[in-house]
Order: sequence, then C-alpha cells, then structure tokens
Amino acid sequence: MNSSTNRYLIKNGRLIDPANKIDGEFDILIAGSKVESVGKGLKNNNAEVVDAKGKIVAPGLVDMHVHLREPGREDKETIETGTLAAIRGGITSVAAMPNLEPQAVDSAGMVKRVNDIAKAKARANVFVIGAITRNREGKELADIKGMKRHGAVAVSDDGASVQDERLLSAALKEAKKNSILVISHCDDRRISGQGVINEGFIATKLGLRGIPKSAEYEFVRRDIELAKKTGASLHIAHVSCKESCDIIRAAKRSHLAITAETAPHYFTLTEECCVTYDTNTKMNPPLRTKDDVAAIKKALADGVIDAIASDHAPHSLHDKDIEFDKAAFGIIGLETSLGLAAAELIGNKTLGWAGLIARMSSNPAKILGIKRGGLGKGATADIVIIDPDKEWIYEGASIASKSKNSPFIGWKLKGRVTEVFVNGTPHPPLSPKGRGEGEGKFLGASLCHT
Amino acid sequence: MVKWVKKDLLGLEYLSREEIELVLYTADSFKEVTTRQIKKVPALRGKTVVNLFYEPSTRTRTSFELAAKRLSCDVINIAVEASSVAKGETLIDTGRNVEALNIDIIVVRHSSSGAPYILSRAVKASVVNAGDGWHEHPTQALLDMYTLKSKLGRIEGLSVSIIGDIAHSRVARSNIWGLTKLGAKVTVCAPPTLIPIGIEKFGVRVTSDIDEAIRGADAINVLRMQFERDSMQAFPSRIEYFKQYGITEERLEKAKPGLVVMHPGPINRGVEMSSEVADGPRSVILEQVTNGIAVRMAVLYLVANAKEHLTLPSPPSGERKKVRGKETQFEQ
Ligand SMILES: [Zn+2]
Repeated sequence: MNSSTNRYLIKNGRLIDPANKIDGEFDILIAGSKVESVGKGLKNNNAEVVDAKGKIVAPGLVDMHVHLREPGREDKETIETGTLAAIRGGITSVAAMPNLEPQAVDSAGMVKRVNDIAKAKARANVFVIGAITRNREGKELADIKGMKRHGAVAVSDDGASVQDERLLSAALKEAKKNSILVISHCDDRRISGQGVINEGFIATKLGLRGIPKSAEYEFVRRDIELAKKTGASLHIAHVSCKESCDIIRAAKRSHLAITAETAPHYFTLTEECCVTYDTNTKMNPPLRTKDDVAAIKKALADGVIDAIASDHAPHSLHDKDIEFDKAAFGIIGLETSLGLAAAELIGNKTLGWAGLIARMSSNPAKILGIKRGGLGKGATADIVIIDPDKEWIYEGASIASKSKNSPFIGWKLKGRVTEVFVNGTPHPPLSPKGRGEGEGKFLGASLCHT
Repeated sequence: MVKWVKKDLLGLEYLSREEIELVLYTADSFKEVTTRQIKKVPALRGKTVVNLFYEPSTRTRTSFELAAKRLSCDVINIAVEASSVAKGETLIDTGRNVEALNIDIIVVRHSSSGAPYILSRAVKASVVNAGDGWHEHPTQALLDMYTLKSKLGRIEGLSVSIIGDIAHSRVARSNIWGLTKLGAKVTVCAPPTLIPIGIEKFGVRVTSDIDEAIRGADAINVLRMQFERDSMQAFPSRIEYFKQYGITEERLEKAKPGLVVMHPGPINRGVEMSSEVADGPRSVILEQVTNGIAVRMAVLYLVANAKEHLTLPSPPSGERKKVRGKETQFEQ
C-alpha cells in the first residue's frame, strides 16, 4: 500500500461499531489519522481503496491487560515486539500493567519513561497503568495523582492484590479524588498460599498445591464492598470462576460502578489441561472447571463480564521449561485472543460478532476512558479488518512475541485479521509469506485440550 | 501375557492392570535370583543406570542400586544438592548432561511433583520415577502389592486400608492407583485435615475413624508421618497423633486374624506405629524391603528394553482442538 496519500477508503465490508450502534454494510473513509466519513457508497476521492467484501470492519481491538516487560525484562518482551504481536491479533491499543522488574511503574517519572519508549518503538497505542502501591509492595500508596497527570489510565498492583484492606480503601479514595480507575487482581494470599493450580481432584491427583476459588472471589467481594463505600470506579481483572461472576452480577444489579474482564484461557481451557504438567497451563488465577467455563461464557453473554483481555504474560523458556511448581505463572495471548474468542464464543453462539467486538474494543476503551473503540466521524482511525470465517493455525514459528509460552500452539483458530490501521496508517498483520495460512504443522509443543 | 512397551515408569496411573501384573510376575523370577548363593544375573550387562536424587533417600537409592547391580548394570549415584539447583542448572540440563554420558536408565527422585514427566520429555533414556513430590512413588506401590500378593495369594477382592498423611503422600497415590486397578477395595484413613480434596474420586472409601479403617481390613499400609514437613501444620503433635491414629496392639485386637501390616519405612516408632506392632507377627515391613529389590530389578529390566514414550489419554471434557496428533504424546 502507498501510505503517502494517507487516504484510504474501506469499501463493501460489514462495519461493526458498537459505540455508534452501527452494524451493517458501510464504507469508511480515512484521511490522515482520522475517520473522515462513514456511509453507504462513499466516493473514492483520491483514496486508496481497500476492498473488505465478506469481511468485518471494526474499531481496532483494545486489550486492557497486557504485560510488556519493558523497561527491565527486555529478554522476555519489548514494547516493540509486544505491540507487533498485538497488531497480529488485530489489537491497536494495549494497556500495559505496571509490574515491571526491577522497578514497577509507580511514579510520574516511570509513566513518562514507558510513554517515551512507546513513542519511539510501539507499533500500536500503549496506555500506561500505574501501580497502586510503591513498587507494588502493598505497604504505602504510590503517587497516584502524579501518574494520572502524566497520562496513566488506571492503577493496579496486578500480579498481586493489595492485601491490606485499609491501604486499599485509602487507594480507592485517592483514585476517586483523581478520577482514575482501580483494577483489582483478586487473590487473597492467606487462602491461595503456595498453590499452583486449581484446588480439587486434579490438584490432588497431580500432587500439586491447590488454589481455592475463594482466594479469588472473597477478594472480589471485598474489593466491591470497598468500592461501594468509597464510590471509586473498580474493574475486576481476569475473572476465572463462577462465584466471582455471581458476585459481580449482584453488584451490577445494585448499580455499582463495577466492570470486569476475563481472559480467553478462562473460557477455553480447564484444569484438566494441567494433567501433563505442561507449565503453559499454569496461570494465576488458575484454570478452573467445566462449570466455571460455562459460567464465564454466560457472564460474557449477559454482560456481567464487560471485556475480554489477554493477560499477555511473556516468559522465557528457562522460566517455563522447568518443574511445574517452580515455573512462572502466565501465558502470552495477544496473537490468539481474537482467534480463540471467535472460535469459542461465536462458534458456540455465546456471542455474535457485534457482541464480541464490543467486549474486545468499545467496552474496554470505555472502561479505561480512552478515546478509542469507536469509528464515528473524527475518531482516531484505529481499524481492524477480519475475515470472520477464515480458519488458521497458530504456529510456534510464526509468533511475533519474544516469548513463546502458549498452550495454543498448533490449535486451529477462527477469524483471521487481514488488515490493521493504527492512527490511519496500515500495519500489515501478516508476513509476506502469509503466515499460518492453509495447512498447519502440528508442533507438538503444547499438550492441552479441553 | 502383555508385552512391556513403555520406556519409562512414571506412575501407576497410566499402567494397565495387565502391565502391573507383568511387573509382579517378572519380579517373581528375580526374587528367586536374590535368594541364590550368587545373586547376580547378566540380564542388563553393559547398561548403565544413574540414580539422580534431588532428595536424600538412602533406602530407595540403595534398593535401586542393588537391583541394578544384580542385573549386572553399572551404577552411578548423583545426589543433587539443593544448593547446586539454586546455582541454576535446570532439571532438563542435568538430564541431558547425564544422558550425554550414554546412560540407559535414569532413576529420579525429586521434591517437585511431575519432575520425572518433564525429564522424560527431554531425554531418550528410560526414566524411572523413584518418588516425585506428593505425586507418585510407583516402585514402592509395586513392592507393596508384590508383598501383599505373596502373603495373601491375591490382590483382587482384598480390603486394604491406607492410613496416615494421605494429602502429602506419593506412596498413598501410587498404592491407590495400583490396588484399585487390581480389584482391591481401598480405604484411606487420615485426620480430616490430611484428606485431600476430591480423593473419593479415585474410587476409595474415605474415613477419619481409625478403628473403622482397621475393622475388616485384610491389610493396612501405614504411612510415615513427616512431622518435620507437611503433616506438621495439620496435626498438633506426634504424641497426639499416636494417641488418635497410632497403630497399637490394642487397636489391632478387633482386626481380622490374618491382618497384614505394611509400612514403606522409615518407621517413626511411637508416632504412626508402636514397636510391638512393627516387630510383631503381622508386620511384613522387612519383607517389603527384601521384595523391593526384586520388584526394582523387574522394573529396570522391563523399561531397559522398551522404546515407547508415554501416551496420555486426552482429558475427557469438551471438544478436541488439536489439528494433529490424535493422542497427546510426549515424543516430539
Ligand atoms: Zn493479574
């Protein structure tokens, strides 16, 4: 494509723009970094034409839970490789979690530092999430006000909960005062202890320490209660079990400002996948049961869970290819998020495409309060074009992320991203060879089924 | 009789009844060897066994060492100290380095559940699990079953109670898999805090009543209480445990006359069992030790001549997603 014209006309596609309540055949004209117009049968007007016949045209996906590892652990991922992986998955905006090593994003200076690297290197938009407490140690509040002023879109101690209830309460008050969202990773360490997989028969069979679901839902309950008392906006990260869904459902019924996300692995995999001690099935919260998977799908369908986020957590081989109890938690997910969601949720009629796009674009954008996730006139031209029924194979050799820790290698996924625009500029999601098209080769690295 | 094809012995979960019976049958012929004047056969001459122990265990290591030597294997013992693990060599690195010495069989003991699985995926040598975390200790269960069978003539239909810290016991798990496959009725008995969640799904009866576990049992397998480790948090003291769960002559008064008492060793006398019981007529504890060599000879002999990597059945739930590979295989 010739980008010097900087005008693109995307024609004949099915435009799904939930924020503007659009789902139909509309053309969209991009001029510079903005959407110039949306309508039927738009004139070419010197724009390069992109034919989207048979495809879905949607606002670029927004992944609100991503670990980019830079600065500090560039051996696992960089902002450049992470956002390249995002583009591959149709994701044009990511929210980067603050749990960097050795220094968490807990100050205005660190927010600025991540933003500066992103400005120079990122392929997609990077929004910064700051820590709630200093270096995420759960002891004293971080400079929430300063981070907000430098552009942080939320605060979270993700990877851990703020265990101290009084401190979290103070954080929620401070967040409310500064109109910033608090994202809770719910894990009561007094309950989860040294656990590594879901508590139950599988943990017993494998001789691994279990993590009871209550470690999650008791803190979902606690954090919602505190949000209610303080009036702060609270978002629950990576919901993994039925009880958490029920608690959030009840909170929403009583009109609290609570939102929630889940990750694709929580609606595709169960604890049964851990039976081969494949450490790519080790995550926090852990994979749960079939009943939990069903509850997560239901909560996605009825809007109790607002968003799908990958919890992209890159780890090097030497952190993963070791004993199960010693291996790092987490998997990469930017490149597979849409493909898994389409295969699992649309395939099983949990959601239609419009519902899926809402949960992967307009909803997370709204939760974070960022001007993304919509394609009205004048909006930033972040756009994804998806071939909805195209099946593809996630191949290990094709992974753009610096780390390869995925249980989905060799899986057949659905919904191929064919074009991505970030701020009006096309970013080819595919390598020239047409990565992953047609017959895939099973690499045998992962051992997981549902 | 079935033919043995598995290159590894990782656990009894993935052995069939016929395969377990084959090990016991093979052990029988080696048992005879161990009673000869010259206790050695050339069955595995030229093969090399490494005992790779990440946890100290003189008994199990000695038993494997003797078993290998009686098969005319060369044996190397590697005790990996926690400190050298901390220095950074991973299990897979160690395994591959050992294999580079042209080793045929790696016998591994590890404190992490699943470590032998991870090792077996990385090496071509046979891997024999000599105990992994709380997961499995297959040769211990095989020797327990061998001893039971030689004492009582059969396994099928026997009532066997496993007593002690079920939650943290690999011996318990392997015994449960093996005994239930061979048709025994298994009861597990422990204080409620030491009964792991979902244990009944193994198809065992669960009780915290020690007298109920003894009543009607043909055999009891009494586990070692690791008060210095995991059992500690769950039970207040050794004396208290002995009072409530210790196996004593008084407790055994109501037992079946022919009750067989087993213990994987080493015994904590006065904790899980009184000396009178340990040394008494019902005890087969020393026979277990003797039989352990024959059983381990059988295991080494069988895996040494097999090539097949473990094939796991896929988990039962949901829809299969894999493009290739009907079965999940460790082999790559
Ligand atoms: Zn988290």
